[in-house]
Amino acid sequence: MSTVYDKYELVVGLEVHMQLMTKSKAYSGDANEYGNLPNTNVSAISLGHPGTLPRVNSKSVECAIKLALACGMDIHKYVFFARKNYFYADLPKGYQITQDKTPICTGGQIKIKTEDNSDKWITITRAHLEEDAGKSMHDQDPFDTLIDLNRAGVPLIEVVSEPEIRSSKEAYNYLTELRKLVRYLEICDGNMEEGSMRCDANISVRIKGETAFGTRCEVKNMNSIRNVQRAIEYEMKRQIDVIEAGGTIQQETRSFDAANGTTFSLRSKELAHDYRYFPEPDLQPLLISQKQIEDLKAQMPALPQELHDKYVSQFGLSEYDAMVLTNEKEIALWYEELIKHTKNYKSACNWINGPIKAYLNENALHIDDFTASPEQIASAIALVDDGKISASAAAEKILPELVKHTSKNALQIAEELDLIQSSNEDEIIGLAKEILEAWPDKVANYKNGNKGMMGLFMGELMKKSGGKANPKMATAIFQDLLK
Amino acid sequence: MNTDRIMKIDKSTVVKIAELSRLELDEHAAEEMVVDLNRMLGFVEKLQEVNTDGVEPLIFMTDETNVYRADIVKDEVSQKDALSNAPKKDMYYFRVPKVIGNSD
Repeated sequence: MSTVYDKYELVVGLEVHMQLMTKSKAYSGDANEYGNLPNTNVSAISLGHPGTLPRVNSKSVECAIKLALACGMDIHKYVFFARKNYFYADLPKGYQITQDKTPICTGGQIKIKTEDNSDKWITITRAHLEEDAGKSMHDQDPFDTLIDLNRAGVPLIEVVSEPEIRSSKEAYNYLTELRKLVRYLEICDGNMEEGSMRCDANISVRIKGETAFGTRCEVKNMNSIRNVQRAIEYEMKRQIDVIEAGGTIQQETRSFDAANGTTFSLRSKELAHDYRYFPEPDLQPLLISQKQIEDLKAQMPALPQELHDKYVSQFGLSEYDAMVLTNEKEIALWYEELIKHTKNYKSACNWINGPIKAYLNENALHIDDFTASPEQIASAIALVDDGKISASAAAEKILPELVKHTSKNALQIAEELDLIQSSNEDEIIGLAKEILEAWPDKVANYKNGNKGMMGLFMGELMKKSGGKANPKMATAIFQDLLK
Repeated sequence: MNTDRIMKIDKSTVVKIAELSRLELDEHAAEEMVVDLNRMLGFVEKLQEVNTDGVEPLIFMTDETNVYRADIVKDEVSQKDALSNAPKKDMYYFRVPKVIGNSD
């Protein structure tokens, strides 16, 4: 049944702020580090003392160029900074140094999956460099707000999307892709819980078919990608309810309340944003040279989308397998190492997505802490491919030993544990016959169409052979005997 | 002469700028400020007489570009020094009057 909500279309644009993984701050030499004692990573510049001169951190510019290269953005050759003026206690200078008229990058796209799993490109409007403000804590003390300036001046890149997102799921997928990208590029750790990646959502609704945009609300304070999705879902419904009740949407800033999944108005704008931007006279302009861009291009790591496409088109992996392998950079790199030692791409993928991940999860480890080497795992793959051990024996018995004995290969361990499969046909036929004779009723069952009985026969055979019968051969023998 | 570009500061502009800068101006001070600001603008108004058609705005006083700083940590100030000039503080934090729902 269609409801009034189906009459409307959602329109969302996202502004994402990401803290860049530099050692020092955007315009000064104090450390860019999370979690230190308050007001220890500060300098005369980030404290906003008079008479100080900022200087641009070259690394933050490199980060922006890398992101631009990854998303096909235009990199602007002439860039100058601007002051965005506003008064607040966690911004000691009284202005934020940002880029206004000349953002370092414009254009470009990020590929996402839509609701029905098809591909869609979301256009990026612009990306510019700026600095973070300090942190205000309002709830630690009954009378005062506490200010920690460790974060003041931390370099940020703000990535603004066009309002091309049409569902909360698309917003979720966009943020997931963007986060994956910056992690691959190692320019931001993408941690929304700690606030190193933050998202503001500009949300509006309109009647389907309408081309003009509705009035938008900006929603802030979502500390996870899932919460961005929830905020959009709530806000869409709220706006439609207001319109359906004959009201109009006020353009305003709202905050997301994670506890009950709602948004609330942060403040009225009797004073509309009046940031009085003007060029930052303390920072000389940047001229981005083609050489600088080419040098960075040469250092670019493999990107998730490229790897994904290679796995699907060249290796014949499924979309799903390719996605799981490329979700995390470290996993994809491990796979890349593994396939230097084996050409069985599918099996290599199954090892990582199956037994290796299971092992890591059980032991609460990250792939970087995994002691077995790609060569060792490749030796196990080869052993299974040669029919010398069963896949289950490799995963359950060999893998734990490979992890413990990093100098041994799978064959050595299989021999030590006496796991080499018997491919002695006569022996297997003998055992198979014994089993079928012992279970005449199950045999009748099988012949009546209950093919599930095969599992039982194979189980018995494995018991009798001590798990060493070559399962492929055994299955063929059973099928033959049961004809 | 581009007389249309000459700005006139009235009291409501002064009140708005004061609000944006979180400055408290009483009636008398605001009126004085109107006079002062208009005097200052009048002083630079002379420049409006110059024909600037086709002239790019001058933003920087030198031609220097790419004045980068290497990404190295230095010139940090100690917590004690950082807090020393603050009118209100504790061992770790700057303390300011509580203002909620006004952050940016």
